[in-house]
Amino acid sequence: MSTATSTPTGTGSEPGRKPAHKGGTTSKRGRVQQRWLPWAFLAPTIVGMGIFTLLPIVASIALAFFRWDIISAPTFVGFDNFAEVVQDPTVRVSFLNTIVFVVVAVALQLGLALGLAIMVQEKLPAWLRVFFRSAFFFPLILSAASVSIFMRYLFNEQFGVVNWMLSLVGIPAVPWLTTPGGSAAVVILVYVWQNFGFSFLLFIGGLASIPVETYEAASIDGATGFRKHFYVTLPLLSPTTLVASVMAIINALQVFDQPYVLTRGGPGDSTRTAVMVIFESAFQRLEFGQASAIGVILTLIIMAITAAQFRLSKRFVFYQ
Amino acid sequence: MTTIQERVTTTAPIVTRKKRDWSVAVRVAVLLIASVFVLGPVLWTLSTSLRPPSESFKLPPAFLPLNPDLTSYTQVFKQLNIVALVVNSALVTGLIAVGQMLTAALAGYAFAHLRFKGRGALFSIVLATMMVPAQVTIVPVFMLIRGVGLSDTLLALIIPAIPTAFGTFLMRQYFMGLPGELAEAAAIDGASPWRTFRSVYAPLAMPGLAIVGILAFNFHWNEFFRPLIMTISEQNFTLPLGLVSLQGNLGTGSISVVLAGVVLSMIPALVVFMFGQRALQDGLTAGTGK
Repeated sequence: MSTATSTPTGTGSEPGRKPAHKGGTTSKRGRVQQRWLPWAFLAPTIVGMGIFTLLPIVASIALAFFRWDIISAPTFVGFDNFAEVVQDPTVRVSFLNTIVFVVVAVALQLGLALGLAIMVQEKLPAWLRVFFRSAFFFPLILSAASVSIFMRYLFNEQFGVVNWMLSLVGIPAVPWLTTPGGSAAVVILVYVWQNFGFSFLLFIGGLASIPVETYEAASIDGATGFRKHFYVTLPLLSPTTLVASVMAIINALQVFDQPYVLTRGGPGDSTRTAVMVIFESAFQRLEFGQASAIGVILTLIIMAITAAQFRLSKRFVFYQ
Repeated sequence: MTTIQERVTTTAPIVTRKKRDWSVAVRVAVLLIASVFVLGPVLWTLSTSLRPPSESFKLPPAFLPLNPDLTSYTQVFKQLNIVALVVNSALVTGLIAVGQMLTAALAGYAFAHLRFKGRGALFSIVLATMMVPAQVTIVPVFMLIRGVGLSDTLLALIIPAIPTAFGTFLMRQYFMGLPGELAEAAAIDGASPWRTFRSVYAPLAMPGLAIVGILAFNFHWNEFFRPLIMTISEQNFTLPLGLVSLQGNLGTGSISVVLAGVVLSMIPALVVFMFGQRALQDGLTAGTGK
C-alpha cells in the first residue's frame, strides 16, 4: 500500500518543480498553490468531521462526568453517572439483553449466511445463482422501520400469518409480542431476516477467492461433501469469517430500530437494548450526562470486542 | 501408468456427476425455501396493501395481489401527509448524497494524489472515526444543532451527515487506482492542479462516485434513529418516521393503509435495487476484502 501511495505523488510533484526553468513567477505560484491546495480539497471533510464527529466524541466523554438537563447549568459530578448507570436495574437488564441478542443473532446470521453462501457458490445454473443472490440481498435495501412495521402484523398472535402457518403443522398460537421470550425471539428473527444478506455477500466474496485447485486436490485425497467444507472451506474462509463476525457484532451491538418499532423495549424491559437506554435517558428523561456515560461504556465494549477478535484471529485465522 | 490415468479419468466423473445431480436438486430446494422465507413477507405486504382495508387480516393469507384494490392507497394519501414525507425524505436523502459525493471526491483525491504534511496520520484519523457508533455522538450533535438554532429542521438531518469517512475512504481507493501519470501529462499541457482534478480525474472516478451516492441514498432514505431525535413536528418527518407514527395512530383496523405507505416508501429503494444492485453490493463490501 505504501508503494502505491508514494508512486503517484512522487511523480506528481515533479511537474510542479520542472516549470522553474521557465520563469520565477510561475514556479512561485505553483509552489504556493501546491501548499494550500490539498487543504482546500480536504477542508469540507476535515472541518465537517471535526465538528460533527471528533468534537462530539470529546464532548460525549466530558459530558459523562456532568449532570445536565439542558435547562439548568451543568454540574460536575465525577464518576457519579457511571456509578448510577452501573447500578440502575434497567440499564443492567438492557446491556444483558443486548449481549444475549448479539450472541444469538450473530450466530444465526453467520450460520445462515455461510450455509447459503456455500450452497449458492457450488455448481448451479447461472440464472438461479443471480436470483438467489438478489433475493438474499433484497432485505438490505429496505428500512428497518418499515420491515418492523409489517413484521409486527405478521407476528400478531391472533391474526398473524406466522401463527397461521404454525397452526397448519399443529402448533398452538405463540404469544409472540406479549411475552418476554416471544418478543426477544421476534426481534432476533426480524433482525437476522434483514441482515444475514450482508454476511452472505461477504462469504460469497470469500468463497470466490478460494482457488479451485484446492478443492481438486482435496477431492483427489478423498474429501467430499461435508468433510471437504470442514477441512478446506472453513480454514481458507477464516479471514472472511473474521471480518464478517466483527462487522456483524459491531452492528448488532447498536440495534435500535427493530426493538423500538416492534416492542418499544417491552414487555417490561425484556427487549430494551443499550442504545434504547441511551435514547431514553437523553431524549425522554433529559439526563444527558447519564446517556453519555452509557454511550462511553458501549463504545468501550465495542472497542474491546473488536480488539479481542483481532487478537484471537492471530491464533485461528489461516492466511494463505 | 496409462491404465491408472485412464481409470481415473473414466470412472471418477461418472460417480461425481450422479452424486451431483442429486445434490443440486437438494440444494436448489433448500435455497428456494430460504428465498420464500425472505421474499414472502414482502409479497404479503404488497398483496395486503392491494386489498380493501376490511380484509387486511384475512387468513389464509394471499401472497399474490390478484384483484388489486386501491382503496388503501387513496386512504394513505388522506390519513397521512405522504407527499410532504416523500418531499422531506427526497430532500434530505438527495442533498446528503450530493454533499457526500462532492466532499468525498475532493478529500479522496487529496489523500490519493496530492502531497502534504501529515497525510498518513490524517487519513488514519478519518478511518478511526468509522469505528465510533453514531449513537455515541448523537447527544453532543443534538446539542450543537440546538445551539445554532437548527433543531427540528431538515438541515439538522442534512448537514451533520455530509462529511463521510467511509465515502472518503472509498474515493481514495478509487483515485489510487488511477495512474499518477495523468496528472503529469495534464501539468505538461499547462493544466492547474484544480483543472487536473476537475477535467481529468473526476470524470474517470464517476463509477466510484456512483457507489458513494447509492450507498448514501440507501442508508439515509431508510434512516430512522436520527430523524426520530432531530425532528419534532410532523411537517419535518421523513418517511420511516411518518410510517411508524401512522402505525401507532391507527388501530389494527386499517393495516392495509399502513402497508400501502410502506410499499410506496419502498419504490425508490426498488429502483436503486434494480439499476444499482451491483454498485450497492460492491460499496457495502468495500474495505472488507483482504
